[in-house]
Amino acid sequence: MATLSILNGRVIDPASHLDSVTDVHIADGKILAIGTSPPDFSAALEIDANNKIVCPGLVDLSVRLREPGALHKGTILSETRAAAASGITTVCCPPDTNPVIDTPAVAELLQHRAIETGMAKVFPLAALTRGLKGEHLAEMGILKEAGCIAVSNVLPIVNTQVLRHALEYAATCEMTVFLHAVDPWLGCHGCAHEGAMSTRLGLSGIPETAETIEVARDLLLIEMTGVRAHFCRLSTARAVSLIKEAQAKGLPVTADVSTHHLFLTDMDIKNYDSQCHVSPPLRAEHDKVGLREGLLQGNINALCSDHQPHEADAKLCPFAMTASGISALDSLLPLTLRFAEEMQIDLITALGYVTYQPAQILGIEAGTLAIGNFADVCIFDPNSLWTLSPNNMHSIGHNSPFLGWDFKGKVSYTLINGKMVFGMVPK
Amino acid sequence: MNNLQLDQQGRLKHFLGIEGLTRSLLIEILNTAASFLSIDAKAVKKVPILRGKTIVNLFFEPSTRTRTTFELAAKRLSADVLNFNIDTSSTSKGETLIDMLHNLEAMHCDMFVVRHNAAGAAHFMAQHITPPIRIINAGDGEHEHPTQAMLDMYTIRQYKEDFTPLRVAIVGDILHSRVARSDIHALTTLGASEVRVVGPKTLIPTDIEQLGVKVFNSLKTGLRDIDVVIMLRLQRERMQSALLPSAHEYFQYYGLTEEVLRVTHPEAIVMHPGPINRGVEIASTVADGKRAVILQQVSNGIGVRMAIMAMILGVMPEGTH
Repeated sequence: MATLSILNGRVIDPASHLDSVTDVHIADGKILAIGTSPPDFSAALEIDANNKIVCPGLVDLSVRLREPGALHKGTILSETRAAAASGITTVCCPPDTNPVIDTPAVAELLQHRAIETGMAKVFPLAALTRGLKGEHLAEMGILKEAGCIAVSNVLPIVNTQVLRHALEYAATCEMTVFLHAVDPWLGCHGCAHEGAMSTRLGLSGIPETAETIEVARDLLLIEMTGVRAHFCRLSTARAVSLIKEAQAKGLPVTADVSTHHLFLTDMDIKNYDSQCHVSPPLRAEHDKVGLREGLLQGNINALCSDHQPHEADAKLCPFAMTASGISALDSLLPLTLRFAEEMQIDLITALGYVTYQPAQILGIEAGTLAIGNFADVCIFDPNSLWTLSPNNMHSIGHNSPFLGWDFKGKVSYTLINGKMVFGMVPK
Repeated sequence: MNNLQLDQQGRLKHFLGIEGLTRSLLIEILNTAASFLSIDAKAVKKVPILRGKTIVNLFFEPSTRTRTTFELAAKRLSADVLNFNIDTSSTSKGETLIDMLHNLEAMHCDMFVVRHNAAGAAHFMAQHITPPIRIINAGDGEHEHPTQAMLDMYTIRQYKEDFTPLRVAIVGDILHSRVARSDIHALTTLGASEVRVVGPKTLIPTDIEQLGVKVFNSLKTGLRDIDVVIMLRLQRERMQSALLPSAHEYFQYYGLTEEVLRVTHPEAIVMHPGPINRGVEIASTVADGKRAVILQQVSNGIGVRMAIMAMILGVMPEGTH
């Protein structure tokens, strides 16, 4: 029996509100006990977690692995390894791969490759419509059986009738729908938040209403169809208010935000910094404040990296011509910790945004240290100071606006199913 | 943007945009241009200031007027000139902008004059070019067209002398206009008392007030007591993208006519960066009338561009310090 003990760490488990210095014992890949070990237990391996924090492995709701379709940007191996090195043990992969995840073959390929690599667990999201084209329903039932955890169209569905049916059918399959709220026309040529900055730089703008109109439309259809829905990557304060109202009415709606939307605004684009080219765009200061409050008040339920690695050339053009997205696995935990420090919230709450709460949205038994659960564990040194640089990024993509930022908190070990996948095995 | 186009002594290294430049630098450009424009009046039109230098006109967008005046300016400074007119559809077939830049670098030129349809393109090139090659922005998307703004300022100063009491209105498609943005920065930096932008809401960009202008949707109200009117060209595509109903209706409400001109200051001048659309944004009687200084702008463009090229390459004509 493979056994392991993590000793003297500050164990934080948001799901059970645990925060105390204690030991975690693992056997056969699962959490066996917390605190005193069972009488007949002896650990084959001991990790000294003194002065370190022991928490559930992070659950990231949006990670572009770039496989299949864009292997020059990243692979399942490179990016699940980067995830593991960043304390992330479960990732969701959106269906906009090439080919699209609209057949069981692609869904299974992703999962098999991920199992082979033995790094972060990969849960594919199935396409809501075939080829993400917004015309015909994807085979959601079969895709669910093939391991897809939810459905998403990533791109807007223009035809409201198709969207209605897609939501109804997803509800029939008992699948959560992940929605990206972007109006297909408003700001469709835009690359930056429509405001003083886009006007000054002469960049085509994406107005706030591109998001809010779509959120409003989708909420009405969610109410009509009764589907369980999750809004991905909110970027505006007004969208948070709409979600809040819907939740107050009892609609089964959750939402997430990316780490970069909590720390950056359209002001950061000044001088055409293509690392700040993201979709949805970085918005105004009041949006950043609104998103932060939404998270604190529980209207936004999870924090994710929205990881999108790119090769260097993809960002080496004039701003509007660059690919959007940030390589963000490496900065997910440090930015979460920085958020906790800036907002003066406790670590149980902050780590909940990246562990238990996203797992709840997915409906999986992850993101907790509950007895009997798979031992997916992140052990980090909360006082370790470091600076993000291309040399210490684990993702193949080095496209990050956070390069040069000073972070506090660094992952020491990551365990998946009780097996150490990151960190030096102690003697 | 400041650091990129200025050296440590605050002198021009590249010329990418008006934003961030000081009033004294803008005045220096105008004064330098004045010395060149007096050369222009003489029989001998050439000065040997940039002899041995090679200037490349790199135009990713079609242009006749701007490219020609840049070419003339460079030739009058005795520089060698290469013209590259690049069809953007061919660059999108493989060669990236950065590859093209490095290829051109290998030809050992001294300066690139760049026009590109993407905002920030000149800025991008200045970031990635190997020194001491210099970049002049001849228009980047909807961002800036700084040499146009300087020739506009030169023309205004020719007729109005002092900027501080002036009320200036920029009329038309502000949203898509790089000339408007550069003119706004130049006018606010030079201390014009009021800068207005006039146009239908569809053509006024969000939060433009934050650049220090007042917004007017009515032409007659917007032109009241104005000293300088800068008309902008209206592209035909604007009708297709549902920004305007028709050229006919646009002229009805935003076309500059003799009648509308009556609300301005009696000595107001009328400017236009060209090429003009007669009967769309401006009536022929106004374009050809005594208030119009449109052709004067073109002539001034040569001297202003000579001044900027000379200042950037660090060689100054005598008597301009």
